[in-house]
Amino acid sequence: MAELIAKSPCDRLLPITLGGMSLTEEQPGSMWVLAPFKGQEKALSKALEAAHGMAFPAANRATGKAGSRAVWFGRDMALLMGGEPDAKLAKHAALTDQSDAWAVVRLDGAGAEDVLARLVSVDLRPQVFKRGHTARTELKHMMASVTRIGPQAFQVMVFRSMAKTLVHDLKTAMEAVTARG
Amino acid sequence: MRITCPLCGERDRREFYYKGAALVRPAEGADLDAWHEYVNLRENPAGPLDELWYHEMGCNAWLKVTRNTATHEILDVQLASEAGLGGEK
Amino acid sequence: MRLPGKGLNQGAKPITFAFNGRHMMGLEGDTLASALLANSTHLVGRSFKYHRPRGVLTAGSEEPNALVTIGTGGQQDPNVRATQQELFEGLEARSQNCWPSVERDVMAVNDLAAPFFGAGFYYKTFMWPAAFWEKIYEPMIRNAAGLGALSGEADQDRYEKAFAFCDVLVIGSGPAGLVAALTAGRAGADVILAEEDSRMGGRLLAEREEIGGKPGHAWAAEVLAELEAMDNVRLMSRTAVTGAYDQGTYGALERVSHHLARRHSLKGSHLPRECFWRIAAKHAVLAAGAIERPVAFRNNDRPGIMMAGAVRAYLNRWGVAPGERVTVFANNDQAHRTARDLHDAGVHIAAVIDSRHEAPDGGPYQVIKGAQVCDSAGRQRLESITVRSVKGEEKIQTDCLAMSGGWNPSVHLTCHLNSRPVWKREALAFVPTEGAVPGMVTAGACNGTFSTAGALRDGAEAAAKVLEALGLKPAAADLPQAEDDPYRIAALWAVPGKGRAWLDFQNDVTVKDVKQAATENFRSVEHMKRYTTQGMATDQGKNSNVAALAVLADATGRTIPETGTTTFRPPFVPVSLGAMGAGATDEGFKPQRFLTSHGESETRGAHQLEVGLWYRAAYFPKQGETNWRQSCDREVTLVRKAVGICDVSTLGKIDIQGPDAGKFLDFLYTNTFSTLKVGKVRYGLMLREDGFVMDDGTTARLGENHFVMTTTTAAAGQVMAHMEFVSQALYPEWDVRFTSVTEQWAQFAVAGPKSQELLNGLLDEDVNGETWPFMGCGEATVLGVKGRLFRISFSGEHAYEVAVPARYGEALFRELLKRAEAMGGGAYGMEALNVLRIEKGLITHAEINGTVTAFDLGLQGMMSKKKDFLGKAMSTREGLMAEDRMRLVGLKPVGAVKEITAGAHLFTPGDPVERIYDQGYVTSAGYSPTLGHPIGLAFLKEGPDRIGETVRLVDHMRGVDTLCEVVSPVFFDPEGGRARG
Repeated sequence: MAELIAKSPCDRLLPITLGGMSLTEEQPGSMWVLAPFKGQEKALSKALEAAHGMAFPAANRATGKAGSRAVWFGRDMALLMGGEPDAKLAKHAALTDQSDAWAVVRLDGAGAEDVLARLVSVDLRPQVFKRGHTARTELKHMMASVTRIGPQAFQVMVFRSMAKTLVHDLKTAMEAVTARG
Repeated sequence: MRITCPLCGERDRREFYYKGAALVRPAEGADLDAWHEYVNLRENPAGPLDELWYHEMGCNAWLKVTRNTATHEILDVQLASEAGLGGEK
Repeated sequence: MRLPGKGLNQGAKPITFAFNGRHMMGLEGDTLASALLANSTHLVGRSFKYHRPRGVLTAGSEEPNALVTIGTGGQQDPNVRATQQELFEGLEARSQNCWPSVERDVMAVNDLAAPFFGAGFYYKTFMWPAAFWEKIYEPMIRNAAGLGALSGEADQDRYEKAFAFCDVLVIGSGPAGLVAALTAGRAGADVILAEEDSRMGGRLLAEREEIGGKPGHAWAAEVLAELEAMDNVRLMSRTAVTGAYDQGTYGALERVSHHLARRHSLKGSHLPRECFWRIAAKHAVLAAGAIERPVAFRNNDRPGIMMAGAVRAYLNRWGVAPGERVTVFANNDQAHRTARDLHDAGVHIAAVIDSRHEAPDGGPYQVIKGAQVCDSAGRQRLESITVRSVKGEEKIQTDCLAMSGGWNPSVHLTCHLNSRPVWKREALAFVPTEGAVPGMVTAGACNGTFSTAGALRDGAEAAAKVLEALGLKPAAADLPQAEDDPYRIAALWAVPGKGRAWLDFQNDVTVKDVKQAATENFRSVEHMKRYTTQGMATDQGKNSNVAALAVLADATGRTIPETGTTTFRPPFVPVSLGAMGAGATDEGFKPQRFLTSHGESETRGAHQLEVGLWYRAAYFPKQGETNWRQSCDREVTLVRKAVGICDVSTLGKIDIQGPDAGKFLDFLYTNTFSTLKVGKVRYGLMLREDGFVMDDGTTARLGENHFVMTTTTAAAGQVMAHMEFVSQALYPEWDVRFTSVTEQWAQFAVAGPKSQELLNGLLDEDVNGETWPFMGCGEATVLGVKGRLFRISFSGEHAYEVAVPARYGEALFRELLKRAEAMGGGAYGMEALNVLRIEKGLITHAEINGTVTAFDLGLQGMMSKKKDFLGKAMSTREGLMAEDRMRLVGLKPVGAVKEITAGAHLFTPGDPVERIYDQGYVTSAGYSPTLGHPIGLAFLKEGPDRIGETVRLVDHMRGVDTLCEVVSPVFFDPEGGRARG
C-alpha cells in the first residue's frame, strides 16, 4: 500500500551557513496551542507542571527547555513544543494541534541580533531580550514568534506556507551583516 | 509612533491595525438612531480620542487607546476586553 | 591648493580620481570638494534656472551648489553633494545641468534672459493654452532647468533597513554631542551617537581653538577612544538623523558604502549602499550644530565665494587653501578667525570687510570696518570684489571671498512634530522651543550657544537632564577649559543695491524675487516660499531661509518674529527611495505563500495565479492544449463526468472550542449553529455591523464544544480579526477560544461522480451515504494518517474535502491525482473551480463586494428571526430590503454576440447607455462547457422579478454590446440532486 511521505516546511531550503552564523531548521516534534478556558489559567499551569514539568509561561516568556518548551504565543495562549499534550490538559484549555502549521528555524552565531534587527522591529538587545524571552511580532511582513534560546541563538517561527520567504529574508539580512564584516 | 501593548510592552506602530473610534455597542433592540450613531456618526476632536487598535502582528489583543489627535500623545492603553465596549446585554 | 604640513590628514595615502574626465590627485580622508579645491578647481556645476557657474560654497550636507553625478547606468547617483562624498581610488564624478560642458554651457543663455525668469515666472508665462502645458511647456522646462538626472535603468544596488534601540540618542558629535555622549555613557546609559560626517568631532575638526590645552580635534579623539571602549555606546558615523517622529522614534540614513569603490558593493558582495535606520530612543540630545548663512549681495554666487567657516574647515581639516588672495566679509567676530588661520598658514589676506564700525582689529592685515561687499566679478572664478564704505567704492582683487552672515542653529529636528522655533534677538537666530519634541533636549550651537565652552556646558547639562529622567546619576562634570568668546554680531542680511543678489543658490532665488513676492501681496512666509520656490530645493534652504524671511520682513515692514518662519519637515537630508523601500524588491516585496501541492503543480506545468499572498494553480495544461480555455473546459468536464482534485487549503480554517462556542457562532452568523449536530457541516453567512455581508463559508461541528469554521481565502485575516473583536470587546464574558489552523491542514477537494469510489480506495473507513451523508464530517484515516473528511461541495457534484496534516500534503496530492487520473479524472485549477461554482450560482467575493446584503443574494431566509446576530439591527433597514435593489441573477447571451464579461453594465433595451439608466452589473462570467455557452452572475435591479426578460449588456472597456436573457443564478442541476446523491 502507498504511504504518505512527510515533508518539513524548510525541506531543501536549509541549512545555510554564512559568516559565522548558521540557519537551521528545527524539528520540534509536536506543537500544540494551549488556550485556557475562563478561570482555568492556574489549574492549567498546575496540570502542565505535573504532566510536562513546566509552568504556563507568563506573557513574553518561554518555560521549559530544548525538547520540551512552552512558549507564550499571544493573548492567553502558549505553544507547547515537544511531546503531545497530556490528555488531562483538555479539561482546562482548548488544545489545538499546530505541529504542521509553523516553520521553525534556529538562527545561531555572532551577528544573529544584527540580522534580526534588519527584519524585526522589537528590541532584541541582550540586556533587554534575555534567554527565555519571547515575542509575538512581525518579521518583515510576516506574523512571527521570536524566542531567545541561547546567548547568540534565536528560534524564529512563521507560518509554514511562508517558509521560503522566511529563508529568503533571513539569508538576505545575513549576507548584508556578513558583508559589513 | 509607538504604542504600549498591555501584554507585549512598547511596540512600533507597524504591528497594529487601526479600526477607529472606540464606542459602546448599543443593546439588542436599541432603536435605529442608536445604531446609526454607533455605525456611522463620529466625533472628530482635536484632542483626546478613544480609539480601537488591534495588535494584529503581535498578541492579537484588541486595545482601547486614548490618543491626543493633535499631538499624537498616547494617554492610555487598555485591553478592549476590560473596556466595557459590549454595552448592555 | 594643498598647503604642506597643514590639516589633519598628514601622511594620508594619495588617491587618483577624475572630475569631468580630468584625472586629479587627492588624499585619503578628502571629500570630493576638498580634493577639487586642492586641485584649484572651483567651477563644479551650473545653477538650476539661470545656469550660472557655481562652485563649492560649504563643507557639509547643507551644500546647495556643488552637486555632481557619480556612477552610470543602474548605479548612477545624481545630486551627490561633493562636500559629503568621500574620495576613493578611481572615483569618477561629473557636473550636472550643463551641456556640452560645465565650462561652455549652452543654456547659460538663460542668465541673459533673467529679467523674464523672476518669481512667479512659470505661473504667469505658461498659463495658456492649457493643452500646451503637457506637450510643450513642461518638456521644455524640464530640459532647461533641473539638477542631476536618473539613468532610467533599474537600481542595481542593495539597500537595507534596520531597527535600533537606546536610552539616549545623541545627534551630532561636536563638543556638545561628545560631552553628552560621554556623560551618558559613563553613567551607564545605552547611548547611540550619530554623526552624519565620516569623521566624528564636528566643528572641532575645522577650528584651531583648544580644549583643555590641546587642539580640539585631539581632545575629540580622546573622548571618542573612551566612548569606543564602552560596551553601552554605539558610534554611528556617516549617519544623518533625518527625522523625529512620535514616541521617541527617529529616522536615520547611514551611507554604508558610498565611500568605497563600486566593486565593493556590486552584486555578490551584498554590501548595501545605504541603510535606513529606525531608532527608538527613550531620550535624545540634539547637538546638531549650526549652519553658517551667506550674505546677499550682487553676484554673490560666483565660484570662489564661500562660507567663512567652510574655508576654515578646508584649511584646518584638509590642509587646503581655497585661494591665494583671500578676502573675508562678515558681520560677526567669529569669521575673523578665517583671516587669522589663513594668515598663520601663509595665505595672503587681501582684506577683511566687516559691516560693523566696531569690528575687532585682527592681525597684520587690512580690516575695513563699517563696509560691505556690493558686487563681484570674474566669469568662472572670482576675480575681484567691490567694497563700499564711507570712503566710497573700491575694487579689491581676490580669488576667494569667505563670507559670514552669522549662524543658523540647526533646529530642523525640533520642528518635525509641528513646533516652531523662537527668535533669539541677541543671536539673530531662531532657536528651538523647549520641549518641542517630547524626550529631546537641545545642546550647543543648535541651541544658540556658539562658544566651545558653552557647547561643553550645554552637552553636560543636557546629559544630566536625560540621566535624571532615566534614573541614572551622572558623574561630577569636570569640563575642560575652552574658548568662551561672546558671540558678537550685527544684523546684515542683504547688501542694498542693484542687480541680482542670491538667497537660495540651488533654486536661484534672489532678493529681488522675494521683494517682488511681497509687492504682489504674497506676504505670508508660506506664500512667499511657494511663489519664489525659496527653500524648496534639495537642500531645503538650510543656509538661505532665514535671510529670505528677513528680506520679506523688511519688504513688508514687519519684524522677523512677526513674519515668522516656514517649518522644517523630515527628512533633514535627502533620503533615496531605495533606502526607504529597502528590501522590498523582487522576492522581498511581500511574503509568498506556497501550498504543499505547489511543487507538484509546477512539475505539471500549472499556470500560477496570485490570490492575495497565495500562489494557486489556475489550470493544468495538457499536451496539445494551446490556450487556457481548452484546459479549463477539460477540467470542468472531468469534474462533471469523473473526478477532479483541487487544493483548497488557502481557505481560512479556524478551530473554535469552549462551552460558549455555539453561542458565539450564533452571534457571528445570521443563521443558527448551536443546533447543528456533531458530525455535520452547515453553510453560514456573516454580516458586518452595518448590515452588509462580510463573508460566507461552512462550519463543521466536530464535538459538543468544538467547531471548525472555514472562511473565504480573501477574508481569512479579516474574519479572524472580527472574531477576536467580538470575543474580546463585545462578549468578553463568553468562554470560547479559537485559533487559526489554516496552515495545519492540507485540504483537497475531491469532486465528481467518482469521488466516493476514489476515497474508498484511500481511506481506512468505508465512505458511503450513511457514514458520510451530504454535509457530514468526521475524522478519517488517510493511508494511515489521521485526517478529516467533509462531504461538502463547491462544484455541485458529489464531493468531499479531505484534510491531512500539512507535512503529508504533497504526498496526498500526488496520490489523489494518481488515483483520479486512473479513473478518467485529474487536477483542476482556479479557472475550472470558478466555472463550476458559477454554473451552480455559488458566490465568492466577486459577489460579496461590500455593497451587497443577504436580501440581494436571495439569502434573506438565512437571517434568523429567533436570535440576535451581529449586523441584525442595521440589516433590517428599509433600504437594505427594498425590492428595487440590484439583486443576484444569472445571465445567458441571446444576442448575436455570445459574450459575457465581468464588470459589464446592464441596461433595459431601448434606454440610453448612460449612468442614470444603469440597471446593474456583471460580477462573474465564464464559459460553461457543460451548457455550451457563456454564463454570468449579475446584480440587476429587481433581478429575481425579471427572469425571462432581455437586458442589454455593455462593456465599453472590452467593446462588448449584446443582449442577455435574465435567468436563475443556478444554471446547472437546480434541484441539487448531484451533490446530495
